[in-house]
Amino acid sequence: MSAKMQTALPRRATRTLSYVDAIREATDQEMACDPKVLVFGLDVDDPKAIQGTTRGLLAKYGPERIFGTPLSEDAMTGAAIGMALAGLRPIHVHIRMDFLMLAMNQLVNVAAKSRYMYGGKVSVPIVVRSMIGKSWGQGAQHSQGLYSMFMHVPGLKVVAPATPYDAKGCLIAAIRDDNPVLYVEHRLLHFQHGQVPEGSFTVKPGKARVAVQGADVTLVGISAMQVECLAAQQYLNDIGISAEVIDPIWLSPLDVDTIAESVEKTGRLVVVDNGWTMCGAGAEIVAQVAERLMGVRDVRVQRLGFAPTTCPTTPALEALYYPNARTIAAAARDLVEGSKTGWLPDENPAFNTVEFKGPF
Amino acid sequence: MHARLYQALYRIRRVEEEVARVYPTDRIKSPVHLSIGQEAVSVGVCAALQPQDVVFGTYRGHALYLAKGGDLRAMIAELYGKVTGCARGKGGSMHLIAPQAGMMGASAVVGTTIPNAVGYAYAMKLRREHALVVSFFGDGATEEGVFSESLNFAVLKKLPILFVCENNQYAIHTHQRQRQGNPDICERARAFGLPAERIENNDVLALMERSREVTATIRSGMGPHFLEVMTYRWTEHVGPGEDFHLGHRSDAEARPWRDGDQVRRLAMMIEPTERRRIEQEVEAEIAAAFAFGEESAYPHECELAEHVFQD
Repeated sequence: MSAKMQTALPRRATRTLSYVDAIREATDQEMACDPKVLVFGLDVDDPKAIQGTTRGLLAKYGPERIFGTPLSEDAMTGAAIGMALAGLRPIHVHIRMDFLMLAMNQLVNVAAKSRYMYGGKVSVPIVVRSMIGKSWGQGAQHSQGLYSMFMHVPGLKVVAPATPYDAKGCLIAAIRDDNPVLYVEHRLLHFQHGQVPEGSFTVKPGKARVAVQGADVTLVGISAMQVECLAAQQYLNDIGISAEVIDPIWLSPLDVDTIAESVEKTGRLVVVDNGWTMCGAGAEIVAQVAERLMGVRDVRVQRLGFAPTTCPTTPALEALYYPNARTIAAAARDLVEGSKTGWLPDENPAFNTVEFKGPF
Repeated sequence: MHARLYQALYRIRRVEEEVARVYPTDRIKSPVHLSIGQEAVSVGVCAALQPQDVVFGTYRGHALYLAKGGDLRAMIAELYGKVTGCARGKGGSMHLIAPQAGMMGASAVVGTTIPNAVGYAYAMKLRREHALVVSFFGDGATEEGVFSESLNFAVLKKLPILFVCENNQYAIHTHQRQRQGNPDICERARAFGLPAERIENNDVLALMERSREVTATIRSGMGPHFLEVMTYRWTEHVGPGEDFHLGHRSDAEARPWRDGDQVRRLAMMIEPTERRRIEQEVEAEIAAAFAFGEESAYPHECELAEHVFQD
């Protein structure tokens, strides 16, 4: 295993927490220990408190450090950058990742560039939380996983934690990072529960985690697709295929070492993206692994992701739009056997909900 | 006071004339957007500021950088692409910065620093600082959506910020009347709840006086203020020359602005011996700064990968 890989928990967890509460706890602990941390975004202080991720913070820290904003994503992103230039550590929250398109100029042209184009004279420690929606007819403009756009730009870090443990550890790491960090949540992951230490800890940038060890094929699942990959691993196990499941956690910087090491062992790589495959995070991972293993080992690769369409609202079509545990398992088996087998496992309800359990 | 204003105006004018003179040699490795004719805006406002106050500007930023106290040698070296530049040669003319002097940056994308200035003002208010931010931008920036968003938030949170619209009437080659259905920028600012007023004729003394008054009000916690300063760019949008031959604007249009040149106006208001002393000192400083730029080294190749992230 790679020395860079995320290792054991800093301390043994004694309780389980939801992904939502892990985010809330991370924010609370950082706001408590650092008066420079503040939170804003549409509705962060309303009764629903962003699915509960900001609940209780207003009463504890007051309206100067946590406030709802005008519907002005562009200016509020610019304001976050200005606050960071002044020494604060703002967290800007977006209930949908789609809304980040309104903030692209500030994120790409200012946040990512400032440190470099000012010759190291400034830094921009901002965290931009955003959520990918899915199901219940989220549709065209409430479902996009657009993180690869930000991976493309030097100067931005991108993280997409899949477990409550990582949700807390990555958020604390992001808040303490002196650079702009895009923190990507998936709406369905908010329902996950898992072991989370009570104290403060970080899951540092640039380190992936091997969630399940295996020998025949490497499954890399990004964000909520990590859940599907863990279920796919069980479908494959039923037919005697041993899958190794990797969670990249941080997409930029990306831990290619851990993934390439796995693929050197298995010879097969399936990357399952929470976005489209064209120019996506999966394409980048496959390319980097291929470059790394050229002349070392012949490998077979497969990208899976959203269908190359706009997300439809009707469940009849939406079900076809997303990869799922069964289609991932089918693709992985085809890769292992080197041919189109036509196999698709029967649905096993026992595999439908994978609750994350640590320690990893 | 007049001597100090004249020194600031003359220094910026002469620096930029020297930039224009050297530019055809191709030793300056950066597009340059000269402020010649518009120096009074930066000088008049900055004369009313304190060292702890902060400014954000635009790609036409030489005047603001110098008026707020940015180091001249570091600016010229930056234009030459040298490692001694204020951004180590990585930002160029359009991204001048001098945090020690309170010049917190300039953007090549119109309107982009307005919300940055607003955010900085939020931090000052949160920390109960006795300081303020001035956001400088052009008439074109008022057409960007972020302008309206930023004004709304500044008023909502009663932030310590002065908005200064440097209205030279042209966005590259297109006049304001071809771009704005309602060209009354102050009226638009007032619609957001901002007190707003126009300073006519590029008048550096009137601007300084009003800036002193409104910054005192802002400093006392009364919230943001808006100034539109009418001015005129004598040179082309980018580059060292003029652009009247293109036909989009006439020399006759420019004449009253040249006749009202604030550098000459202030020169007439001080003693000739004082004036000569100022000019000699400025000329010596400029010569030394250009020599510094010429003689400084380019960044080492290892610099390419540095400063992408802060470790």
